[in-house]
Amino acid sequence: MIAAILSLTVLGAILGIALGIANKFLKVEGNPIVDELVDLMPGSNCGQCGYPGCVGAAEAIVAGTAPATCCPPGGKALVSAIAAKLGLTVDLSALGDDGPKIATVAEELCIGCCRCARVCPTDAILGGPKQIHNVFREACTGCEACIEKCPTEALVMKPVPVTLQHWVMPKPRLA
Amino acid sequence: MGFMNLFKHFLGDDWGVHPDDRKRPAADRPLRVMPVPEKLYLPLQQHLGGPARPVVLVGQQVKKGELIAEAQGMISAPIHAPTSGTIAAVTDITAPHPSGLTLPAIILAADGRDEWIDCQGCADPFALDPVEIGKRVAAAGVVGLGGAAFPSAVKLTGAARSKVKTLVINGGECEPYLSCDDRQMRDRAADIVDGIRIMLHATGAREALVGIEDNKPEAIAAMQAAAAAVAEVHIRPVPARYPMGSEKQLVQVLTGKEVAAESRTFDIGIVVHNVGTALAVRAAIRDGRPLISRVVTVNGNCANDPGNVEVLVGTLAEEVIAFAGGLKGDGIGLARRVMGGPMMGMQIPHWRVPVVKGTSGILAFDAQEVAAQEPDPCIRCGSCVKACPMGLLPLEMSARIRNSAYDEAVGIGLKDCIACGCCAYVCPSKIPLVQYFVHAKGELAAQDRNKLRNDATKKLAQQRQERLDREAREKAEAAAKRKAEREAAAAAKAAAEAAAKQATETEGESA
Repeated sequence: MIAAILSLTVLGAILGIALGIANKFLKVEGNPIVDELVDLMPGSNCGQCGYPGCVGAAEAIVAGTAPATCCPPGGKALVSAIAAKLGLTVDLSALGDDGPKIATVAEELCIGCCRCARVCPTDAILGGPKQIHNVFREACTGCEACIEKCPTEALVMKPVPVTLQHWVMPKPRLA
Repeated sequence: MGFMNLFKHFLGDDWGVHPDDRKRPAADRPLRVMPVPEKLYLPLQQHLGGPARPVVLVGQQVKKGELIAEAQGMISAPIHAPTSGTIAAVTDITAPHPSGLTLPAIILAADGRDEWIDCQGCADPFALDPVEIGKRVAAAGVVGLGGAAFPSAVKLTGAARSKVKTLVINGGECEPYLSCDDRQMRDRAADIVDGIRIMLHATGAREALVGIEDNKPEAIAAMQAAAAAVAEVHIRPVPARYPMGSEKQLVQVLTGKEVAAESRTFDIGIVVHNVGTALAVRAAIRDGRPLISRVVTVNGNCANDPGNVEVLVGTLAEEVIAFAGGLKGDGIGLARRVMGGPMMGMQIPHWRVPVVKGTSGILAFDAQEVAAQEPDPCIRCGSCVKACPMGLLPLEMSARIRNSAYDEAVGIGLKDCIACGCCAYVCPSKIPLVQYFVHAKGELAAQDRNKLRNDATKKLAQQRQERLDREAREKAEAAAKRKAEREAAAAAKAAAEAAAKQATETEGESA
């Protein structure tokens, strides 16, 4: 009995240490640039880019198979951040980005079917059955996943409203 | 002597600018007290930090000094009814802000009786615990009246916690045109000194240095007379120079200590408060009265009768101007409307915006004062470098910001810019330098906000995934449990049937 316990304990300890050492010296290195890009991205894995989630898109951008402009919810800000990180030159003017957008519910059209709330990757839509739904501005990433689920077209993408907290003094005109 | 000090020794320490102060004749006119207007417009955000949360309902009767919106968060301030009346609405109004955007506000219809609530004053503030003073100042909604409107209680208790030694009282009022602090120092010097003593007690500081620019001899004389009997309050005239009223500059002139880059005066054992704030603290402690009114300078070439007016917070600028004599030619030559000082104040879109706790002036400028001019290219004369009180390089920073290289601008000191406007004031090419810096700071803040928001939504997405996984797991477990129960029931039933069958068989056999 004691011999069995001892032998298993020793075996466990030796294997544990061996695994620890292996993890340190034989680690499979992920691409650190991919991790950095994933940190920049919205992280809602909405799939609008056509890749499996934000990690997939980051890998494709690093590999050069996807353009830096492939993430619609990220917008111009994300493109310039990625371009700065990878040293790319991107023509932002061709992007046609008119600022970030978020989903809004037209209250007169919403029938309270809950279909949109179920697909929202960030739980930004609040609503119960037969109750008018609403979108939390701060939580919506603008991924548009909810738009096509709405049977009454009550959900539309609208530019983020400018409030006093978000207003930035415009850049002076060039001298 | 450090390297920079050597430079200053030989070249002269001549930061800042000397604009024509235009404080008189407004400063010499006696203070006028404006009667209660019909309606008061009280924005929920009149201070730095979190907006206040309304605690009244539309139609509710309130008395003068009653709490109508409570502080929300660590850095915030409550709002009190400036007069008695009925809450008419809680809605969006135009903000006293250059954007012209709206912000939520409580609208109070005055009933004309101007009835106070019962105020709990305190005859001997020096017997109170400093923490209690901080609490009462916070409850009275006192904020810095110099313009930034930072909640004063946060500074008082913070100063006590970090054991500051010196309280600097800012009577500099370096902005041209403004004279509200000057007027109060002349008229209420004894009350200000009393307020300073309460602040000394609350912060635990040993001495108070009151810095007053030497272009206000009457105020200096009045304050010296009031402080003659108080050993720990020293009145110190300082040279008139803009921006002497900026806390870092005033501290350096008064104490010789320099506040390090990206740090605060707390770090060198000093806390700075405005003279108007000292009055508000005194009223909050001695009389138990909240901050509901302030002195505002009405000035500018378009003003008919420039002077200082004591108004209730929430009064429309339009009504203040009408009370103070109106505009010349009914405002026909008006070129710009400004709230605050001409150097750091805000251009407002129209006069129907309310006076808030931080409003020090209402200025009506004509075209000659605005002196608008198209900017010319930078000639690299270095005037802005010489003028910058923080020792920065405005021309280099603006060049980087023009190219949207905000991080590079931060690298050469953008975070230390106090947006005083000296650089734009001296620029011979009229380049809007300080506007670039304000823009860049806003842009950087927006980027930070975006990052925070991104992290938050990422967390939400993660939590949702965890929830979905958990739900799926629980469903599977419940299904497995039901299946097991079903099987157990089936097995039991089968066993029972088998037993019964066996029983009948044995019965048959025995029979």
